[in-house]
Amino acid sequence: MTANTAAPSSLQPDAMLPRPFRVASTAADTVDTVTLILEPEDGEGFHFAPGQFTMLYVFGVGEVPISVSGDPGTAETLVHTVRAVGAVTEAICRLTAGDRVGIRGPYGTGWPIREAEGKDVVVAAGGIGLAPVRPMLLTLLAGRHRFGAVSLVYGSRTPGDLLYVDELHSWRSRFDVEIEVTVDRAGSDWLGDVGVVTSLLPRIPFRPENTIAVVCGPEIMMRVTADEMILRGVSAASIYLSMERNMKCAVGFCGHCQFGPEFICRDGPVFAYERIRGRMRVPSL
Amino acid sequence: MSSKVLDRSDIGALFDALAGEGYRILGPTVRDNAIVYDRIDGEEDLPVGWTDIQDGGSYRLQRRDDNALFGYAVGQHSWKEMLFPPRTELFRVERSNATLRFVPTAVPEVRYAFIGVRACELAAIAIQDRVFLGSGAVDRTYQTARHEVFMVGVNCMVAGGTCFCVSMGTGPRCSDGYDLVLTEVIADHRHEFVLESGSDKGEDLLARMPGRPAGPDDHDQVDRTVARTASQMGRWMGNEGIKELLYDNLQHPRWEEVAKRCLACTNCTLVCPTCFCSTTEDSVSLDSAVATRSRRWDSCFTLDFSAVHGVPVRSTTKDRYRQWMTHKLASWYDQFGSSGCVGCGRCITWCPVGIDITEEVAAIRATQGVMA
Ligand SMILES: Cc1cc2nc3c(=O)[nH]c(=O)nc-3n(C[C@H](O)[C@H](O)[C@H](O)COP(=O)(O)OP(=O)(O)OC[C@H]3O[C@@H](n4cnc5c(N)ncnc54)[C@H](O)[C@@H]3O)c2cc1C
Ligand code: SF4
Ligand code: SF4
Repeated sequence: MTANTAAPSSLQPDAMLPRPFRVASTAADTVDTVTLILEPEDGEGFHFAPGQFTMLYVFGVGEVPISVSGDPGTAETLVHTVRAVGAVTEAICRLTAGDRVGIRGPYGTGWPIREAEGKDVVVAAGGIGLAPVRPMLLTLLAGRHRFGAVSLVYGSRTPGDLLYVDELHSWRSRFDVEIEVTVDRAGSDWLGDVGVVTSLLPRIPFRPENTIAVVCGPEIMMRVTADEMILRGVSAASIYLSMERNMKCAVGFCGHCQFGPEFICRDGPVFAYERIRGRMRVPSL
Repeated sequence: MSSKVLDRSDIGALFDALAGEGYRILGPTVRDNAIVYDRIDGEEDLPVGWTDIQDGGSYRLQRRDDNALFGYAVGQHSWKEMLFPPRTELFRVERSNATLRFVPTAVPEVRYAFIGVRACELAAIAIQDRVFLGSGAVDRTYQTARHEVFMVGVNCMVAGGTCFCVSMGTGPRCSDGYDLVLTEVIADHRHEFVLESGSDKGEDLLARMPGRPAGPDDHDQVDRTVARTASQMGRWMGNEGIKELLYDNLQHPRWEEVAKRCLACTNCTLVCPTCFCSTTEDSVSLDSAVATRSRRWDSCFTLDFSAVHGVPVRSTTKDRYRQWMTHKLASWYDQFGSSGCVGCGRCITWCPVGIDITEEVAAIRATQGVMA
């Protein structure tokens, strides 16, 4: 196997060089989470598949992987929902309209939209994990007739941590989608469910042998949810997870995101559970 | 492809020809009691008459009883330093009136000639070619440095105490990837070099060299040299079925055992000619007008390498040693179609506590299936 050692072509895009984007607006979802609408400054638009992510660069601070949380039907803007957990994400959450950032991507594999056609679709999200599945939900709802029963089970730590609350309300008022929400803990003013996401699964409609499950959240939540779906008769090949690892380059150079043989950045982040199930059981791989 | 025999007194012609074509010549030279790769101006800069004594955790130079130019194995440096430098500035960002302009940092267009590239190192370069040029995205820095390299290989005349290229199928004969390859022959009061070309570039250069055409005796001499070196391997890797062996033994107690000795110092990853992991660094000018983004070598032995959600995925040395070794010897096959190890022995020699990758594999093989 010989690789191409030809002269660098001036036409070749530099894999590590971001495109400038302008922050059009920001809105706080919760105390630590912000949704940003970004516009490409080169006028070339932004196309992506639900489930893909970008590398978002903040001037002088750093660059982090963030899933696209916007509508794949809109190429004029790029939407990201970011939770502040450290230096770069805090800087992102402090951005205001008019600020500039750098964007590379989109990168990675997307959610199984074609596979889901004609089938029931169960979307399960935990915490910030609702952001990466939102484009999938929007796709399902926009092409509602192409899918069977569609449902979302969503869990967060407290009612105050719930994302996209207005949108959840409007989806709930639709008759063609089942929305179930739970929290880990809540005050007495919370009338909804308290408990883990998997406790919602018995309530939602799906035909196990004809279902695609889309799961995004902390690794333990994804594993437990996937295993519960399997117990309910869904095959591991029909369950998709979005894996998260430290990432520095998103193009397979930096080595950080390896998960056994996979580079999460380009072989994932979306994987069929079947492919990675064994490895998810080995601690600290 | 053709071949020639050059007398020791004519070897300067090789340096002259390369310099004449504008190459920056890099090769082995002695510095701080070790053989390193650096700029060299002529054969007098080579480690003339030196050899190296290598073992787990130890390296020292020793005088040879002849004046061989290439009578040693590999040192802690590898050609990785030149093609994938320890630190590279990627781009600058100029900020004015809130707008950002991303300016890729110019990559110096140096034409390198590498002199004295060993078979294992040619194999390592072919591996990094696949990582940086052949797996999707193309790395601009690597490609710019790489595409014009004039590669002068050397068939090893001695094996180091930690070498195991034979068991990895990468050496000691240079079989691919060179423009010229030379074999040093010191026998019967002769001191000569058999030069063979491996590319059109090499062929052109060889045509301009002095010397006589190589005959069957000379080729026999090359074969004997390579065979003798092959018989001297300091180590042996049991490489058969190694991917399955390691995948099936991710919970083997040996990982705990090696972790008790490993200092997680990162030496093995820095000296390894195929290790390619990197991280990024950002800085801002004092007036906040310009930010730069750089890339530097990183190592899977550091704690923050795998940090997600405030906790490293691989929090113990056991996790990190397992990641390094299973990546090198198992998942590399899935990712790049070959082992990530070329058997150069550097990680054994330069490990401060002498951890030996071949011994770790042997220990797991001897007791496979045991669970922690
Ligand atoms: C494919 C992918 C998609 C993602 N999508 C989103 C998204 O849509 N919204 C969002 O808010 N976050 C998302 N993340 C997580 C986000 O990338 C991290 O939160 C971010 O990298 C942390 O960087 P930082 O500089 O703010 O924090 P750091 O200062 O680097 O670290 C802060 C804390 O976060 C931990 N951390 C570091 N890297 C990561 C990481 N990759 N993931 C999680 N924790 C990390 C550190 O261990 C540390 O404790 C995604 C990650 C991946 C790999
Ligand atoms: S793993 Fe060790 S022996 Fe193998 S190529 Fe790397 S440094 Fe050389
Ligand atoms: S194996 Fe040796 S060289 Fe590698 S990190 Fe451990 S102590 Fe350092």
